[in-house]
Amino acid sequence: MKKRVLAVALAGVMAVSMLAGCSGGNGNTESNKDGAGTEAPAADGAKVVKIGVYEPASGDNGAGGKQEVLGMQYANKMTPTVEIGGEEYTVQLEIVDNESSNDKGPSAASSLVSAGVSVVLGSYGSGVSIAASDVFKDAGIPAIGVTCTNPQVTEGNKHYFRICFLDPFQGTVLANFANAEFSAKKAYILTKLGDDYSTGLGHYFKQAFEALGGEVVEEAFQEGNSDFTSYVTKAKNEGAEVFFAPVSTEAAALIIEQAAAQGLTVPLMAGDTWDSNVILNAAKGKDVQIYVTTFYQEGGNEEFDSGIKEWINSDSTAKANNGGDDTISAVTAMGYDAYYVALEALKAAGSTDAAAVNEALWGVTYTGVSGNIAFDDTNGDAMRDTAYVKCANTETGAWDFVTEQGVN
Amino acid sequence: MDWITKNLPYLMAGISVGGQYALIAIGYTMVYGILRLINFAHGDIFMVAGLVVVYAATVMPIYIAIPLMIIVTVFLGFMVERVAYKPLRSAPRMSIMISAIGVSYLLQNLALYVTGGLSQQYPAIPWISDTVTVMGATTKRVTLITPILTIVLVVGLVMLIKHTKIGMAMRAASRDFETSQLMGIKINNVVSMTFIIGTFLAAIGSLLFFTNYTGVTPTVGAMPGLKAFVAAVFGGIGSIPGAVIGAFIIGICENIIKGLGWTTFSDAFTFALLIVILIAKPTGLFGEKSTDKV
Repeated sequence: MKKRVLAVALAGVMAVSMLAGCSGGNGNTESNKDGAGTEAPAADGAKVVKIGVYEPASGDNGAGGKQEVLGMQYANKMTPTVEIGGEEYTVQLEIVDNESSNDKGPSAASSLVSAGVSVVLGSYGSGVSIAASDVFKDAGIPAIGVTCTNPQVTEGNKHYFRICFLDPFQGTVLANFANAEFSAKKAYILTKLGDDYSTGLGHYFKQAFEALGGEVVEEAFQEGNSDFTSYVTKAKNEGAEVFFAPVSTEAAALIIEQAAAQGLTVPLMAGDTWDSNVILNAAKGKDVQIYVTTFYQEGGNEEFDSGIKEWINSDSTAKANNGGDDTISAVTAMGYDAYYVALEALKAAGSTDAAAVNEALWGVTYTGVSGNIAFDDTNGDAMRDTAYVKCANTETGAWDFVTEQGVN
Repeated sequence: MDWITKNLPYLMAGISVGGQYALIAIGYTMVYGILRLINFAHGDIFMVAGLVVVYAATVMPIYIAIPLMIIVTVFLGFMVERVAYKPLRSAPRMSIMISAIGVSYLLQNLALYVTGGLSQQYPAIPWISDTVTVMGATTKRVTLITPILTIVLVVGLVMLIKHTKIGMAMRAASRDFETSQLMGIKINNVVSMTFIIGTFLAAIGSLLFFTNYTGVTPTVGAMPGLKAFVAAVFGGIGSIPGAVIGAFIIGICENIIKGLGWTTFSDAFTFALLIVILIAKPTGLFGEKSTDKV
């Protein structure tokens, strides 16, 4: 009998662990729930064009996703209408939560398809973008990746575009920076298993770093891990001169905590995901050095900076979504630019038909707050050649600009 | 000396994580001992305890927030039993188990709703969050306190069970539920007390755990809960010393495996161990071999 009880218990354990992944269970459409784009279809009978926002609002990348959406909402507030084919259309944002999960992403994407959007923006996080790519492809809807940097997002397809730089570029920039700035000969790389962004960027950093004659120690952790003690110990024991961790901000906060607790003195380096006030808050008052590459440096466009700060400070939901202060994340600036790229495409297409927008996107050029955006002919990637390097100031809790770094 | 400095952090992390698993595992093992129920909501109560501190610390000083967290957590454990398990006491065991899984999801989704799905930063607790250096290895003071506090609490618990009236009632109830009722034991009080002790220890465990690993997310209780459950089975479910020893073994082995460089396999190891134990010794290390009553 007892064996049977245990057998039942084990079956239960398995069920729980399988279900643990889908604990959120609310991947439904919550269109326009958070602030800004709340205007209903205009009362004067103007037509409505829907732009889908496919971003995480919960899970590992929830914090970053929310900040990216903020940029789009602000842009939508600034420019709520667009002229398509001689007619004035009101732009409505359809926001869904993909829960940072490759399993949930496709169903969130399907709800955008059924909402009848003309073009999709997102996602923060490459894995979920890749996961939903086919859903958009089958529905014939073009998507514009905002900050998903993994090459596979746009590779070999004609409907996924992207306005940011790519991981092979970013990895090389980081490796060059580690080599030039710290004369590092040995790097420790920590990535998350099953996360396309994390393993991809780790791989490109390793390639570039080894090409410069450096040595690399690699480790990976699993989903749900919160104990980073042994990883930090390993990096110390191996005598690594930089600690490279292209991981989500949730894990990053724990890694910073552990690094400070164990007195890790070498610089922590990461890609664009770490450019977030989650990191600043975690690092504030601690004895750690943090360097990140990113898309936009606060101060790059005064008008945008002051405008969005004013809006964030006046809207409590927006402020909560930005992590409780008015620091501008690079992803917010990118979200802002993505919205205008979508508007340009709609204008160029002269129709709200998704296929026409897809066709028009190839020719779109736009100068945004983060620089010039134009797509290449093969994959639809934006052509970018510089990244900004920032360093966390642990006293003031702000980012300090370090340098602009290219590949060479 | 150099070797010690390099490897001591793994061992310390192992012992400390083991202590935290032990405090959770006791909750599983005691409830199983008396009700023959695996309380799947236990890991989530552990998570709620973390969230209570996060929110309480924003409006009140930490020395009030911590006792408040313990009271709220214990009350939650008590209420879960009253609302979700007690009405089902005469129902088939499977029904209570499903009810427990239901409570687990309810708590996770409530937390998801309250936090918006984002990780919450656990406040730094004065003194125990401080950094200390042991033989050249730097760590937080909580790492050193955890094993000591765990042992003290377990010894206290064993004394309670061996030498007090309620303890005697618990032992009787776990031996034979129906007969002990006939002997005049107020079974509802005994069950409530079991849940209160279990959740109290989980609350302490959460305090220690989150001081070290400061991010609280809605699903953060799932992994420690599952591993504590494995520890309870490993030690022989129903046995308190078994659960504690099992938890320390799992915590230490996990970190040694990470130290050897096989980080990817550390979780796989824990669950493989569970399977091996169940095949080789189905009752666990200290499990009673009693013939079943049914």
